[in-house]
Amino acid sequence: MDFAFTEDQQELFEYVKEFCDEKLKPFADETDRAHEYPWDKVALMREMDLFGIPIAEQYGGMELGFLEWAVIGELVSAGCTTTGAVYGAHMLAEYPIMYFGTEEQKEKYLTPLATGESIGAFGLTEPMAGSDAGSVRMTAIRDGDEYVLNGTKIFITNGGDAEIYIIIANARPDRGMRGVTAFIVEKGMEGFEFGKDEEKMAFKSLSNRELIFNDCRVPAENLLHKEGRGFQVTMETLRVGRIGMAIGAVGLAQVAYEAAVEYSLTREQFGERIANFQMIQYHLANMATELEAGRLLTYRAAWLKDQGLEFEKEAAMAKVKTSEVCGYVTSKAVQIHGGYGYCCDYPVERYMREAKLFEIVEGTSEIQRLVIANQLLKEARK
Amino acid sequence: MRIIVCIKQVPDTTDVKINPETGTLIRDGVPSIINPFDENAIEAAVQLVEEHGGEVIGLCMGPPQAEQSLREAVAMGVNRAVLLCDRALAGGDTLATSYSLAQAISRIGDFDLIFCGKQAFDGDTGQVGPGLAEHLGIPQITYAIEIEEVTDKEIQVRRLLADGFEVVRATLPCLITAIKQLNEPRMPGLKNRIKAKKAEIELWTCESVSAQESRCGLDGSPTNVIKTFTPTRQVEGEIIAGETAEEKAGTLIDKLRDAQVL
Repeated sequence: MDFAFTEDQQELFEYVKEFCDEKLKPFADETDRAHEYPWDKVALMREMDLFGIPIAEQYGGMELGFLEWAVIGELVSAGCTTTGAVYGAHMLAEYPIMYFGTEEQKEKYLTPLATGESIGAFGLTEPMAGSDAGSVRMTAIRDGDEYVLNGTKIFITNGGDAEIYIIIANARPDRGMRGVTAFIVEKGMEGFEFGKDEEKMAFKSLSNRELIFNDCRVPAENLLHKEGRGFQVTMETLRVGRIGMAIGAVGLAQVAYEAAVEYSLTREQFGERIANFQMIQYHLANMATELEAGRLLTYRAAWLKDQGLEFEKEAAMAKVKTSEVCGYVTSKAVQIHGGYGYCCDYPVERYMREAKLFEIVEGTSEIQRLVIANQLLKEARK
Repeated sequence: MRIIVCIKQVPDTTDVKINPETGTLIRDGVPSIINPFDENAIEAAVQLVEEHGGEVIGLCMGPPQAEQSLREAVAMGVNRAVLLCDRALAGGDTLATSYSLAQAISRIGDFDLIFCGKQAFDGDTGQVGPGLAEHLGIPQITYAIEIEEVTDKEIQVRRLLADGFEVVRATLPCLITAIKQLNEPRMPGLKNRIKAKKAEIELWTCESVSAQESRCGLDGSPTNVIKTFTPTRQVEGEIIAGETAEEKAGTLIDKLRDAQVL
């Protein structure tokens, strides 16, 4: 058991942190308030080669592990939560191509994603299907060398701004879950349009759009994995996606915690800094402890993935723990700031609103607990 | 274009402390960085080559560990890196340093431009760039805030002066010193940083650049730093007490008269 990073990892993370502190953090509020997709930050991330961390060099990636991807994602999220969310959602398009794609698909689609030339998105959620991934109603009916896509996806992160989409649809509706199939769809394909961009309680600059398919013809070579294996593609992708959400939550909790510590060391009441009061210390100690617990679960899930070991349960544990820790830590950060914390001049109120996202997206906390319980009971029954 | 950038490795001044007994910098454990103005010089050179084609050659005089700064320069886009490293160079003043660098540049051969930072963060003399231009017998434009135009034969640069700007045109080859406002140095991407780790750093000595040792380092330095110290505050300030502004002003005038200032 070795909890230390190697010298190379340490140096890498310090450099990325320097980037996040200088280029992202000072503009995080501005980025959120712009109500515009953060293309300038995406450009900076691209120049830093941060979009293809675990992707092979031959496809333009850095060929590092998912642990490096996770730690860098945490740093990016701590610097700018919006950019962190782009980073996380981007992997949902990269990973299924990396894992299931053919050589041609990797060359054509993985390379621009890994270099950051194109942004990716993953389209699963529909009005009547989200956590219940097997019940997607969108259809993809084969017609010669093409599939004809019809239906609507909602809440899709990076939707409209991304160029490359992984779309989950049903190629054989009569077969139910066994008909579910994954496709690679490009922005601009005929019959593929964008609908409403949701106005949300936070992440105001992040796109979460409706994807509308009207007789959209996708070449058969864009079928990802096999017909009827879309559920498998989805589950495999979401496992990594859970780590992606966990790193976002850890990064956000980290900045909220730091803001609380800094404020408690400067704010004076009763003639002394409020950090001297045991009540404040109690909160800070709990925040730091919970944060560290969530971080370690997350790093371990990523490490298991890199070792080629089973990480289904651990990724779900990391996601549920960190998202709830993030809710707790950001709420306490507002509490420690008192009245100022409730005002929009301080970033902690934004942190608190943003935190709620992590308990909901890519499987609610309730779903994560189902995944964990299913897995541990499966292990117990063996 | 063939552009040479002179780079100095300096201690990260945000962390620097001075030993009060010896009056020297405490360098132990202090991280080294590229002199910040030299980063502007590198950025300017790399941008020009990106626009006009050619190569940027990074030249650094310093101890073996200065190689790290050259690697960072390579990550920023410098194509070739030369470290002038010789014990005989140690302790050189600005005259000896600019002579040594001029010798190295003579070995590099033809060039169009030399970029330097306006001064180093540790020594703060601002003399090596101009000294280098004198040794080489080429024009110099210091305190560049904007490169306005570059042709095959000439360069036009806007200089920042204490009370305004000055636009200067010079024939190539020419030496330019960069200030902070010239540009924003890039943060190299991870791929370029990895490439830079494997880059070849050419090691040159006094002998290989035909520098006379008597003109290098401490031996070649007519100036010597006798002592470095933090000035101690000799005079304490005084806050004049009083009920009203008039009363305080009156006390101040009395004091100034006593001191025979008024």
